[in-house]
Amino acid sequence: MPDNNEYAKAPKNYYVPASSAWPLVGAIALFIIAIGAATTVQMIGKEGSNTGIPILFVGIAILLFMLFSWFRNVISESMKGLYNEQLDRSFRMGMLWFIFSEVMFFVALFGVLFYLRNLSIPWLGGEGNNAMTHAVIWADFIPTWPLTITPDGRETQAMPWYGLPLVNTIILITSSVTLHFAHHNLIAKHRAKLVTWLAITVALGITFLFFQVEEYLHAYQELSLRFDSGVYGNTFYMLTGFHGMHVTLGVIMLTVMLLRVINGHFTPGKHFAFEAAAWYWHFVDVVWIILFLFVYIV
Amino acid sequence: MSDIKIKDNAEQMINSTSDLHHADPHQGAEHHGAPKGYKRWLFSTNHKDIGSLYLWFSLTMFFIGGAMAMIIRAELFQPGLQLVEPNFFNQMTTSHGLIMVFGAVMPAFVGLANWMLPLMIGAPDMALPRMNNWSFWILPFAFSLLLLSLFTEGGGPNFGWTFYPPLSTKYSPDSTAMFVFSVHLMGISSIMGAINVIVTILNMRAPGMTMMKMPMFVWTWLITAFLLIAVMPVLAGAVTMILTDKYFGTSFFDAAGGGDPVLFQHIFWFFGHPEVYIMILPSFGIISAIIPTFARKQLFGYHSMVYATASIAILSFTVWAHHMFTVGLPLAAELFFMYCTMLISVPTGVKIFNWVSTLWRGSITFEVPMLFSLAFIVLFTIGGFSGLMLAITPADFQYHDTYFVVAHFHYVLVTGAVFSIMAAAYYWLPKWTGYMFNERLGKWHFWCSLISVNILFFPMHFLGLAGMPRRIPDYALQFADINKIVSIGGFMFGLSQLLFVAVVIMAVRGGQKAPAKPWEGAEGLEWTVPSPAPYHTFDTPPEVK
Repeated sequence: MPDNNEYAKAPKNYYVPASSAWPLVGAIALFIIAIGAATTVQMIGKEGSNTGIPILFVGIAILLFMLFSWFRNVISESMKGLYNEQLDRSFRMGMLWFIFSEVMFFVALFGVLFYLRNLSIPWLGGEGNNAMTHAVIWADFIPTWPLTITPDGRETQAMPWYGLPLVNTIILITSSVTLHFAHHNLIAKHRAKLVTWLAITVALGITFLFFQVEEYLHAYQELSLRFDSGVYGNTFYMLTGFHGMHVTLGVIMLTVMLLRVINGHFTPGKHFAFEAAAWYWHFVDVVWIILFLFVYIV
Repeated sequence: MSDIKIKDNAEQMINSTSDLHHADPHQGAEHHGAPKGYKRWLFSTNHKDIGSLYLWFSLTMFFIGGAMAMIIRAELFQPGLQLVEPNFFNQMTTSHGLIMVFGAVMPAFVGLANWMLPLMIGAPDMALPRMNNWSFWILPFAFSLLLLSLFTEGGGPNFGWTFYPPLSTKYSPDSTAMFVFSVHLMGISSIMGAINVIVTILNMRAPGMTMMKMPMFVWTWLITAFLLIAVMPVLAGAVTMILTDKYFGTSFFDAAGGGDPVLFQHIFWFFGHPEVYIMILPSFGIISAIIPTFARKQLFGYHSMVYATASIAILSFTVWAHHMFTVGLPLAAELFFMYCTMLISVPTGVKIFNWVSTLWRGSITFEVPMLFSLAFIVLFTIGGFSGLMLAITPADFQYHDTYFVVAHFHYVLVTGAVFSIMAAAYYWLPKWTGYMFNERLGKWHFWCSLISVNILFFPMHFLGLAGMPRRIPDYALQFADINKIVSIGGFMFGLSQLLFVAVVIMAVRGGQKAPAKPWEGAEGLEWTVPSPAPYHTFDTPPEVK
C-alpha cells in the first residue's frame, strides 16, 4: 500500500482527464492491425507478395506511438501531482482485473490441453463407448501423450523437459527473485541497487526469450515438431507461444520501468507503475511454472 | 495504521463536501461545459457523452441486424428459394446473430452503464475515462470489419454465430480471418469496458453508498462485468484456434491430428453460456429499478435479489454443455449439465417472485417504461419455461436445432433483453434529454411491439415441435402457413421499431420540460440531479445516508 503521506497534498477531487485523441488513435491502430493481420493470414500460401504485412506493421507502429504518447501523458500528470489516492486504487484494481482476464485466457488454453490429453485422445483410441470409432476410422492409432504419431499418421518427436526448457525455468524463477530485490531496494531508497537488480531482471527476461527462440529452432529443424504435426505440437506452440508473447510484453514494461527508474521516477510510497509491471512479471512466471509442469514434465 | 488511514480519508471526504466550488487549479478542463464540435464526440472523456455514443451505436446496429432479419423472414415467407442464395442466407443468419449479440444488446447495456452507474453511485465519472472512450471507439471499427467481410469474394461468415468447426475451418469462406479479428476487437473492447465498470463500482462510490445500498442495476452490472472479464478471453482463445486450424494447419478441432470438433463446442459454450447471462443480468437490474417506481413500493427482497444474481452468475459456469446434449457426451455429463441447468431456475424464480411481490398491492400506473417492464416479466418467463423444456436432456434430443430453440432464445433476448433496454430508454430519456417523451407515441410503440413480437416468435415454438430445423432457407410444405404468419409478425415488429426512433428523436429535440424527478415513485441519486443531467455531476461526492 502506498504511504499515505505521499498523497497529503493530492487534490481531493477525482482527476477526470480533459478530452484526449489517443483513444481514437488507438482504435484506428487496432483497426489497421486487424485488417493487416487478416490480409496477411488470408494470403498465406498464395502467389504474389503478401500485402498484409506492411499494413500490419503500420498498425503496430501507430499503436506503439499511441501507447507511448498516452503513457507519457499519464506519467506527466502523475508527476505533476494531479492524482490522488483514490485514482491510485482505480489503477491498481484495473491492473489486477486485467491480469485476471489474462489468467482466464490461459485457463482456456490449458483446458484445451487437459481435454485433449485426458478425454479426446483416449476416445480416439476406443476408450469408453468409442470402440467402433477406433476400429472403423483409425484402427492403428495408439493413444499416447506426447502424441508423437497422429491418427492420420503424421510423426514428430517430443520436446524433453531437461536442457533448454529447464534452463529457461531457472532463468524465469530467478528473474522473479531479482525483481523482488529491485522492489525492495526501491522502498529502501537504494537507487543504485534498484537499477542494478532491475537491469538484471530485464536481462534475464531477454535471455529467456532468446533461449525460447533457440528451442523453437531446435524443435522445428531437429525434432520436426511443427505447427501442422498434430495436437501435441499445437498445444506446445500455443501455450509456449502465447506465454512468450506475454514475456515480451513484460520485458517491454520492465524496460520502461528501468528507464523511468534511471530518470529518478518513483518514491517508496508512490510507484504504482512499477508494481503493476512486477505483478505482471510474477503472473507470467507462475504461468510458466504450470506450463513447464504440464507441457514438458508430466 | 489502516484505521488512521480510513479516518483521514473520511475527513478528506467531509472537507471536500464543504469545498464544493473551490475549483482545483490543476483541474481546469474538468469544470468547463461540453467541448464544442466533433472533438466532443471523438475525444470524449465524459461518461454521459460516451454513454450516448454507445446507445446510438447500439441503435444503429439494431437496425442493421434487424434489416438482416427482415431478409431472412422475407426468404422464409414461403417455401422454395425466392430472394437470396442459400450461401447468402447463411451469411445473413450469422451476421444477424453476431450483430445483435455483440453490436446491439451488449453495447446498449454498456451505454446504459456509462450513463447511469456514475449517477447512481454518486461518482464524478467512470473510473478510467480515457480507456472508456477507447473501448467505445473500437466497436465501430470492429463491426465495419465484420460488415466489410460480407462484400469480399466468397462472402462473409456463413457458419452461424457459434462458428462450429469444421464449418468455420474446412468449409468456411476466405474472409474468416476478418471475422476472427473483428471478434478479437469486440473482445478487447468488452474487456476494457468491463474493467472500467467493475473499478467504477468498487472504487468510486460516494461516502455512505455501501455495497448493500447500491441500486440493483449497479449490482447486476458489477456481476455482469465480472462475467465479461472471465469469459471474453476464452472467446479470444476459441477464435484464435479457429484461425490457426484454418490457416496454419493446426488440428485442435480435427480428429485426424488428435483434436476434437466437440472440444470447440466446449470452449465456445464455456464462453457462450455466461455470455447469455451477460445479456440478461443488466435487464434484471433495469426491471428492478422500474417496477418499484411505478408500483410505488420498495423492491421486495433486495438482499435475495443480490444473492440470486450472484448465484445465477456462478451457476452460469457449470451449465455450458446443455447446448451440446446431442453431440454424444458421456451420460454422466448429460445428467450433470441437465440438473445444473434446472438449478438456475431457482434463483431466476426468486427474481420473478420478487418482482411480482413488489407489484402486489402497489399503486400501479402504466407509463411506457412500466408497460415494457411488465411485458418483460411475462414474456421473459415464457422464455425461461421453454428453456426448462430444453434443459431436459431426452426432450432436447427432439428440440435440438429446431425452431423451438430459435423461439426460446428470441423470447429471452428480444422480449427479455431488448424489451428491458426499451424500458430503460423510456425510463431515463427525461434524465438524458431534459424533455418528456411523447407518451402516446411511446404507447403505440409498446402495443405494436408487444402484439407483433408474439406473432413473430410464439408460432416458432410450434414449427420447432413439428420438426422444422433452424438455419435453412427452404423448408417442407407443411410449415408454410405458420412461416407466413411468423414473417408477417416479423415485418410488423421491424416497422414498429421506427416508432421508437421517432420517439427518441422527438425527445432529443424538445417537448415538455422534464423535472429532476419525472416519475413520482422513483428513488435513487440519479433523480437528485437536474434533467437533463449537467455535463459534470457529483464533482464532489454526495453524502448517502
